[in-house]
Amino acid sequence: MTAGTTSTGSEARALNGAEIVLKALVDQGVEVIFGYPGGAVLPLYDALYQQNSIRHILVRHEQAAVHAAEGYARSTGKVGVVLVTSGPGATNAVTGLTDALLDSIPVVCLTGQVPTHLIGNDAFQEADTTGITRPCTKHNYLVKDVTKLARTVHEAFFVARSGRPGPVVIDLPKDILVASGPYSSPEAVEHKTYRPRTEPAPEGIEAAAELLMSAKKPILYGGGGIINSGPEASRLLRELVELTGFPCTLTLMGLGALPASDPRFLGMLGMHGTYEANHAMHDSDVMLAIGARFDDRVTGRLNAFAPHSKKIQIDIDPSSINKNVRVDLGIVGDVAASLRALIAVLKARGYKRDAKMLAPWWAEIDRRRARNCLAYSDTTKIIKPQYAIERLHALTQGYDTYVSTEVGQHQMWAAQFFKFEGPNRWMTSGGLGTMGYGLPAAMGVQIAHPDALVIDIAGEASILMNIQEMSTLAQYRLPVKVFILNNQYMGMVRQWQELVHGGRYSESYSEALPDFVKLADAFGATGLRVSAVSELDDTIRRMIETPGPVIVDVAVDPTENCFPMIPSGAAHNEMLLGPEDRPGTTSGAEEGMVLV
Amino acid sequence: MAPITAAIERHTIAVVVDNEPGVLARVIGLFSGRGYNIESLTVAEVERSTSLSRITLVTSGTPMVIEQIKAQLSRLVPVHTVKDLTEDGPHVERELALIKVAGTGERRIEALRLAEIFRARVVDSTISSFVFEVTGSSEKLDAFIELVAPIGLVELARTGIAAMSRGTGQL
Repeated sequence: MTAGTTSTGSEARALNGAEIVLKALVDQGVEVIFGYPGGAVLPLYDALYQQNSIRHILVRHEQAAVHAAEGYARSTGKVGVVLVTSGPGATNAVTGLTDALLDSIPVVCLTGQVPTHLIGNDAFQEADTTGITRPCTKHNYLVKDVTKLARTVHEAFFVARSGRPGPVVIDLPKDILVASGPYSSPEAVEHKTYRPRTEPAPEGIEAAAELLMSAKKPILYGGGGIINSGPEASRLLRELVELTGFPCTLTLMGLGALPASDPRFLGMLGMHGTYEANHAMHDSDVMLAIGARFDDRVTGRLNAFAPHSKKIQIDIDPSSINKNVRVDLGIVGDVAASLRALIAVLKARGYKRDAKMLAPWWAEIDRRRARNCLAYSDTTKIIKPQYAIERLHALTQGYDTYVSTEVGQHQMWAAQFFKFEGPNRWMTSGGLGTMGYGLPAAMGVQIAHPDALVIDIAGEASILMNIQEMSTLAQYRLPVKVFILNNQYMGMVRQWQELVHGGRYSESYSEALPDFVKLADAFGATGLRVSAVSELDDTIRRMIETPGPVIVDVAVDPTENCFPMIPSGAAHNEMLLGPEDRPGTTSGAEEGMVLV
Repeated sequence: MAPITAAIERHTIAVVVDNEPGVLARVIGLFSGRGYNIESLTVAEVERSTSLSRITLVTSGTPMVIEQIKAQLSRLVPVHTVKDLTEDGPHVERELALIKVAGTGERRIEALRLAEIFRARVVDSTISSFVFEVTGSSEKLDAFIELVAPIGLVELARTGIAAMSRGTGQL
């Protein structure tokens, strides 16, 4: 036993591996785990059965367990925990792990493994889990010695939540779970080498302040790193915006970091971002990227990306700096720590917001804002998907609302039209773009916030990818509301086929859809359907007021496309603003064909 | 896509890692997964007491890619130190090759002559073959191999580069 571990009577008894794992989880503050049992993890499930500290949520598919843990993590800031069995349990979790890696979500995933003496023998339900998950986790472990088990679990939590967060897998052979071994407490565990830098270099902050103070066309570009850094980072962003009066845009993952109602907020940027945000990026002279990674959805064509700006990037991950876009000043540090330092330096230098200097820049931005790029042709004949989300947003005011999405057009419309006023309210699969993310993620959010209104904004195609989780909602009486924008198409696929592939709608029609009302009924939920514009509000109200899980099937315009749009290979200032703009006219259209 | 106009550079990087299962797979997986080049890679335990291994790898890419490779290596959890020997000043690079040359008569004598010029040692010998051991820069090895090839080169094994900075500095 590690020196310094407090021993009480019960601890003096040697624990078996499964008990060590659970004790370590409890000591790490874990309250909930999402999992699915199987042969290799039976000892863990047996130990779970005999305790009351940790609640286990039985999902219906291991992928959903990881997404649920992601939703839990992103809405609380805690580490999400997953427990699955060996072989197919682990391989089913891979999509979720990759999703968590790309969106930097802290998750610890315990996977069962065949006993150590069988590893490599192609045993029943054996898979090389550490081999398979190596490229889709931040780190992974195979525990082959029970004396290292407790330490490994603590270390896994440290790695998952420190620096740039991410998923960590601990592969647990069955013999390790039944062997007895010592326990060591979290305090006794310090990682040998892994110490991510969180405090920014003071000279970097000084140089950033210098650049920002001289900016005539500044832009703040914030991303998911702000959310990951914690609510304090969002507060500091608001303070920075207040102090400087600079315009601010946010990535898909960053929505909520600055209240959408703030007049300095330009909306989301990128492929389906606003006209004003993308143009402000393109025309800026000083750009401050905060916890954002210059993703290809954000930058458009790289050699035309913000060509005249001095770029400053704050990121906790040094490999995010200068990866896609060369920046003039890279600052490695935690967002909250860096913003705090930056604000302090600006104040110490006596910086005052210079409205006069910024006036021409704001005039330019306001001119673009006046273009009202999110406008759509509203009608009383058919429900426009944008209108449905606007109404959903309006009618959920006053509720403690969390929103998750699946992936596709509905996701972009949700990002554009659902206005987030604070962080941790918006769960979406940004990096990996995982259809089927939203329902299990909403489930995880609802577990963490039992009294909140949790809505999964979905498409009729995406929702079917993890629809089995309706059964989990029923089992735990989780009142998640599934709001399906049903356009009978894989909408984003159809949109690209229309714009880029001559309207040949290859395999994108949602043939043979289930009756979602009956489907809800079969899962013990309430099903609602609406197709008349005049009945939309009432249906949304009924959805909110109905206790328990609800599926709302909203029949929306099947031909609607998501605009504005920067076609692949085009630059920020070459947006398609609506159906009247045709693709192929932008620069780089040909190279864009091969891009996703 | 931004056209890559920057010059391709060749860098020798030393990486100190925990000697634990899978660590080499992490490094190699990083290179294959992200499309970086590996021209040479050697690895062996260098400190038994602390269980540390040293990986020496030679890679090539634009300066931005080289910088990215180092950042990506550094963020692997079992990696202790990443040092770019090419960037950090003068260093020595050595490689070892075992070269089997078969032949009799004049060819045998010629092989021995060349070996002497290159300070290659004979580590195995039969009446119709030699195994030479030669160390030096990769260029020297290339030159020797090129010369013995027509004489009767039948087999070749190279270690890849081991490298170290000159002077008193420590990794």
